[in-house]
Amino acid sequence: MSFRDRLSRDRLSIASVVALLLLGAVLLAGCQVPAPQTTKESQASQEASKLVIYSGRNENLVGPLIQQFREASGIQVEVRYGGTAELAATILEEGKNSPADVFYGQDAGALGALNKAGRFAPLPQAILERVPERFRSRDGNWVGTSGRARVFVYNTEELTEDDLPDDHWGLTDPRWKGQVGWAPTNGSFQAFVTAMRVLEGEEKAREWLEAMIANDVQVYPKNTPIVDATARGEILVGLVNHYYLYRFIAEEGESFPARNYHPRGGGPAAMINVAGAGILDTAQHPEAAEKFVAFLLSETAQRYVAETTFEYPLVEGVPAHPMLTPLDQIPVPDLDLNDLDDLQGTLELLREVGALD
Amino acid sequence: MSASRVARSLSPFPRRPLPPSEEETSAQGLPSQRARAPLSLALTASLIALLLLLPLLYLLVRTLGIGQEAVDLLLRPRTLRILWNSLALTVAVTAVTLLLAMPLAWLTVRTDLPGRRLWSLLATLPLVIPSYVGGFALVATAGPKGMLQELLAPLGVERLPSIYGFPGALWILSLLTYPYLFLSIRSGLHSMDPALEEAARSLGHSPWQAFWRVTLPNLRPSMTAGALLVALYTLSDFGAVSLLRFNSFTRAIYVQYLSSFDRSLAAVLSLTLVALTMLLLVAERRIRGRTRYYRSSAGAVRHRRPIALGRWRWPALLFTLGLISAALLAPAGVIVYWLVRGLLAGEQLLPVWEAARNSVTAAGLAAVTVTALALPVAYFNVRFPGRLSNLVGQSVYIGYGLPGIVVALSLVFFGANFVPFLYQTLAMLLFAYAVRFLPQAMGTIRATLLHLNPRLEEAGQSLGLGPRAVFLRITLPLLRPGILSGLALVFLTTIKELPATLLLSPTGFTTLATQIWSATDEAFFARAAAPALLLLLVSALSILLIMSQEPGD
Repeated sequence: MSFRDRLSRDRLSIASVVALLLLGAVLLAGCQVPAPQTTKESQASQEASKLVIYSGRNENLVGPLIQQFREASGIQVEVRYGGTAELAATILEEGKNSPADVFYGQDAGALGALNKAGRFAPLPQAILERVPERFRSRDGNWVGTSGRARVFVYNTEELTEDDLPDDHWGLTDPRWKGQVGWAPTNGSFQAFVTAMRVLEGEEKAREWLEAMIANDVQVYPKNTPIVDATARGEILVGLVNHYYLYRFIAEEGESFPARNYHPRGGGPAAMINVAGAGILDTAQHPEAAEKFVAFLLSETAQRYVAETTFEYPLVEGVPAHPMLTPLDQIPVPDLDLNDLDDLQGTLELLREVGALD
Repeated sequence: MSASRVARSLSPFPRRPLPPSEEETSAQGLPSQRARAPLSLALTASLIALLLLLPLLYLLVRTLGIGQEAVDLLLRPRTLRILWNSLALTVAVTAVTLLLAMPLAWLTVRTDLPGRRLWSLLATLPLVIPSYVGGFALVATAGPKGMLQELLAPLGVERLPSIYGFPGALWILSLLTYPYLFLSIRSGLHSMDPALEEAARSLGHSPWQAFWRVTLPNLRPSMTAGALLVALYTLSDFGAVSLLRFNSFTRAIYVQYLSSFDRSLAAVLSLTLVALTMLLLVAERRIRGRTRYYRSSAGAVRHRRPIALGRWRWPALLFTLGLISAALLAPAGVIVYWLVRGLLAGEQLLPVWEAARNSVTAAGLAAVTVTALALPVAYFNVRFPGRLSNLVGQSVYIGYGLPGIVVALSLVFFGANFVPFLYQTLAMLLFAYAVRFLPQAMGTIRATLLHLNPRLEEAGQSLGLGPRAVFLRITLPLLRPGILSGLALVFLTTIKELPATLLLSPTGFTTLATQIWSATDEAFFARAAAPALLLLLVSALSILLIMSQEPGD
């Protein structure tokens, strides 16, 4: 083969790969180009009935709920899913140009952080009043939409509920050495530590954290692996939110060897955190946004949350899932979620005691 | 040209290592090229590098205005310790991947190993396994109470030794990243002049000696390019280290961002990581050296006869299969297990076709765009050595060494505030991919370019071609192995990319990676299984397409 032939053959094949990749990509992209808008008027009316949601809540959990809203309202809803904290940080970076109308997040901490940065507009009183005061922001800028209880998840092959201590202090007993799991990087865990600082004071919180570390507490990245490890017997007890367990039961059956326990002595380890929503100060579609937040507190949505995500509905008259301990039977501490906004303080405490690097 | 230079350039293969003398440095360019890089090339390459440095600018902006607090954070003993942790893990992963990838590449390219094309394909696929999936699979199989323990339980094994911390992180990151080196060394082997080894053999070296004294030194650019990709991936990984509970620097950055929303302190930590990246870049440059790697005599590229393995065939096959089992079959097995268990429990399979289409679109476009952007940078960097071109060549690595969330948030900042019309469009996403992964394409192209004798280009020039025509008609076709590897690497890495995809893609744009993440994040493992398997399948097909373009056996 002559040199020139070789060159042209080589060029051909590179070109063919690139062409194939491009062609494939363009064809695929072509399949999903939205129909072009015909007139300016239709564009304007579409603009009015549009809504952009930043959802830190998982698509597998709330996707069907948002679809229901889409169908019922006729509003063209666009959702960006991501981690709650990542999306809150995104809104902070976007500043005034944020395309988001609603932030729908899964813990009070992120909602508090955005509120502190002045990124929420006040919610109408009618929406706020659907939810007990302790589950919404004091200034009326965000509202809780479902409740998430902190629990001890335990291995049922090794333990019964009677074996478990009254509260989080009991876990510092040598009996639990190396048998307890926590997730110090997890937002819900950090909310629990903040609650402990608020309820028991800075020094007690530090003492507990240090005692747990001395007791060889096992570190996990988040709740799911803790529940998983508890069921497998890698640890006996885990500090988690209540609903993860029911996902495992749904996937693996009733025989899944782990159950939840609400510390009978109450305290911060029995607190209820919320997932919630707020409307952005820069929202371009505030009316649609209000409709959506109102929908999240409608009976339909609250029932959906109770039945599908195993969280606690917050609106009166909607019962929790039968597998759960009813909300009024949990020895919940007297705690205002609005007081849990000192995240940096908690982070520093966790660093100082060595729970975090 | 001095007589000694002429003599040396006519010798069958260059003596190595060549001393990096003044003369050598300038010898990389030829008299005609020593003059200067074409202005358009220098400008294009510099502009690309500048754009890729946006995250650095963002970090500097965020760091302004904090003083003592930042210093305190940086000088805490814990900060220094996790910095050390990260460095140790990076060095260890790089070393292990070299030991895995070098023999594998040599076996699949140079020998008559049975089924080598299939093994090449399968050995590349671990690249597409997102590190959080790999981490989860490792814990599920080899964790203290994992599937392996269940199998061994009848033998009285109650609990396996803990894999958490350094050993687990080393294990999983090595298995997920060795393909970077593997692909890089493969393209090095393909573009190396076979006459070099033959000459060594004819001069009385044993095959083993020829490998050590000729092949290995010649592969230095490919190895350092691949090793750099592995090292920086390890440095910036979050998924695997967090699941395996290893306290790395990147983990600390994520915690700072996601727990307190304090972006200034996170920026300070990120800048430290940038410094570490620069350190690795300097190290790479020193190791790579300034030697010439191209074939200097005239001669036709010939078909290379594969080396007969003989009785070494079986151990070689065992090694290959063992590696592929650990890196690919184990995670894939866990995924299949999730799928079967979910289906048995009555879980419905969700349609993932749209996500698959989006994934292939984004990754395909990214592969082409990012490789196209890498070309001028690599060409400028290799052919016109100098202060500016070195700076350009190194600065593109900064974005690659940063945690994904940092790059994503920095582009959120610039995108939303300065180019709102581009923000959250496919174009923006492609740019984010370029910031994160351009070095993957640049590394392989650069390594191939180093093997290419500039005299070929000069010949074209002397025959009357302009610089552009020389590049298009001579350089580009000869760069084929590097370009193909670059396309493959970028495709495979972007198809699993998460942070930038979540924050910068058009709203509502779901990909296989986002689907897998969203399912595993809330413990819907069965729902993660279908997109994960599809990800493997789609990637396998794409690699097949790209590999089919390699020089045949």
